[in-house]
Amino acid sequence: MLSYFLKRLFSLVPLLLGITFISFLIIHLAPGKPSYLKEMNPRISAEAQERLIRLYQLDKPILVQYIHWLKRVIKLDFGNSFADGRKVIVRIRERLPITLLINALSLFFILLFAFPVGIISSLKPNGVFDKCTTLFVFIGFSLPSFYLALLLMLLFGIKLGCLPISGIVSFNHSQLSSGERILDIAKHLILPVSVATFGGLAGFSRYVRANMIEVLKQDYIRTAYAQGIGRGRIVCKFALKNALLPLITILGLSVPGLLGGSVILESVFAIPGMGRLLYEATLSRDYPLIMGGVVIGAVLTLLGNLIADLCYAWADPRIRYQ
Amino acid sequence: MYILEVKNLKVYFSQKGKVLKAVDGISFFIREGESLGLAGESGSGKTVTALSLTRLVSHPYLLSGEVLFRGKNIFRLKSADLRKIRGAEIAYIFQNPLSSLNPVFTVGNQMIEIIRLHHRKTKREAEVYALKMLEKVGIPDAYKNLRSYPHQLSGGMNQRVMIAMALSCHPSLLIADEPTTNLDATTQVQILQLIERIKKEERLSLLFITHDLEILRRFTNRVAIMYAGQIVEIGENLFEKPFHPYTYALLSARSGIIPEQGLKGEAPSPFAFPAGCRFHPRCPFKRSICEEKEPILQEKKKGHFVACHFPQTMVK
Ligand SMILES: Nc1ncnc2c1ncn2[C@@H]1O[C@H](COP(=O)(O)OP(=O)(O)O)[C@@H](O)[C@H]1O
Ligand SMILES: [Mg+2]
Repeated sequence: MLSYFLKRLFSLVPLLLGITFISFLIIHLAPGKPSYLKEMNPRISAEAQERLIRLYQLDKPILVQYIHWLKRVIKLDFGNSFADGRKVIVRIRERLPITLLINALSLFFILLFAFPVGIISSLKPNGVFDKCTTLFVFIGFSLPSFYLALLLMLLFGIKLGCLPISGIVSFNHSQLSSGERILDIAKHLILPVSVATFGGLAGFSRYVRANMIEVLKQDYIRTAYAQGIGRGRIVCKFALKNALLPLITILGLSVPGLLGGSVILESVFAIPGMGRLLYEATLSRDYPLIMGGVVIGAVLTLLGNLIADLCYAWADPRIRYQ
Repeated sequence: MYILEVKNLKVYFSQKGKVLKAVDGISFFIREGESLGLAGESGSGKTVTALSLTRLVSHPYLLSGEVLFRGKNIFRLKSADLRKIRGAEIAYIFQNPLSSLNPVFTVGNQMIEIIRLHHRKTKREAEVYALKMLEKVGIPDAYKNLRSYPHQLSGGMNQRVMIAMALSCHPSLLIADEPTTNLDATTQVQILQLIERIKKEERLSLLFITHDLEILRRFTNRVAIMYAGQIVEIGENLFEKPFHPYTYALLSARSGIIPEQGLKGEAPSPFAFPAGCRFHPRCPFKRSICEEKEPILQEKKKGHFVACHFPQTMVK
């Protein structure tokens, strides 16, 4: 098991190199250059721009630039943001927690609701409950999250006026007691987390349903019924554990989708998270910041897959004992 | 006294808007302590028959008739009462031991579950009892194997586990649905001997399903032959003196005595059985009435019933 883990961990290195190289290439090939900064912001002096180009060797071939970047990254130096000159690491560290918090919360709620919904609809495929959830899933899949976000903002923020619709704290946050601060943040999180949950819930409850339907057809379920075990116990113990296995992998694979979704969500709700940071960095061709975000995203994705694989191996005895 | 009596059992399924008649009006009984064999080609409805005896068929379009277990109509029982019969009174062993055991729980875990379901026992007591059962069915190293997962055991071992589980709640009727079909020849013999032994020790009644007539000849008192969802012949010493041309064909197909009269053609589709006798398209003795009128089971000899317009007396 340990050697399997180490092998997997080691195999991530070339993958990470590949991802960063391709990202590096694409970003630099995209039209627009940070050295156009001057055209956009005339206050930047010619020397400053000259310095920028020299520092990041922007006039060298891409491969040279990449190796230059890589050498620094190995020492965990992601460089400084073009935009404000602060360290990329610092800027990401400011923004990452809120994005992780929103994603963790919505993942928690997705799992909390997807299991009961998926299981109940699997018990009577095409029954009334299943038909209703199918409709819900259809809506969840086809409604773009930003549109849903706008609808909710309109309803709860403007019509009912009971929830804040942008940012993560109120303007008077600093004057609140610590209890009120938490409440304040929680209130701000309700809408973004709901939107993220809704989109993910649709897909995930379908996976749960499909897996359960498949498992409930298996011979060992028939055996359990033949032994007189009750339906509730069969579904929640004997079937569910089998249906969980493929879901672990799907969870691991869902990390990049979540990160991608954060870009839209954080832009709509004006949340100062990673998603919006990277979006802005991309618009202004802030290469060091973009690449820092790419590395974080890639590491999170690969770690997600690795953890999922390990959980799978741990949960499935057919893999554990090999 | 009958331990099980089945009257006019029908099990239909609905598939793509068409009705599939898996079992179409069969009646039989099993006496206390007796072994009844059930044979027939694959698809003739043997498994569905076995499952419907404790209402295990999933989503039938129609499930009708009566199944009387010790006089109680299984089809009328509340599901809580039915669960007390399943496992504790009527136990099953199935064709594929590996797929019939849950892959993500240990053998011990699965055994303890059913033991504690039907007996008041602590976890520890149930484990001791499970060990005893594993030893009883001839599993070596029972302590270690109790902690194994099904995929770590061989097919024969898994079938022994299935048997141990089936026996653990002292059932009175054991239903074995092709328990040796997917095992290799030596294991097959061992499992058969095991079933024979436990049948004696536990004084079980047995419904033994197989398409291997040799096994039935050795292990059962009476045999029922199924064809296209119906019983076409049932009785003792059926193999010595078969009356139905289908039984005869099965026997000769096996021993190869009269290959020209062996089975020709395919079994009919369960969506649309031929009119009249369902066997007539393949029957060497058919006459015009066979295409029109469905034959009913009639007693040809004492305790020996045949559904055929022209039962043949064919001594093998
Ligand atoms: N759950 C089910 N749904 C639909 N059709 C089924 C189901 N179970 C069995 N059948 C059909 O019923 C017929 C009899 O099957 P079965 O009893 O398994 O045959 P046997 O055990 O004699 O080989 C087959 O045509 C099979 O396809
Ligand atoms: Mg079968």
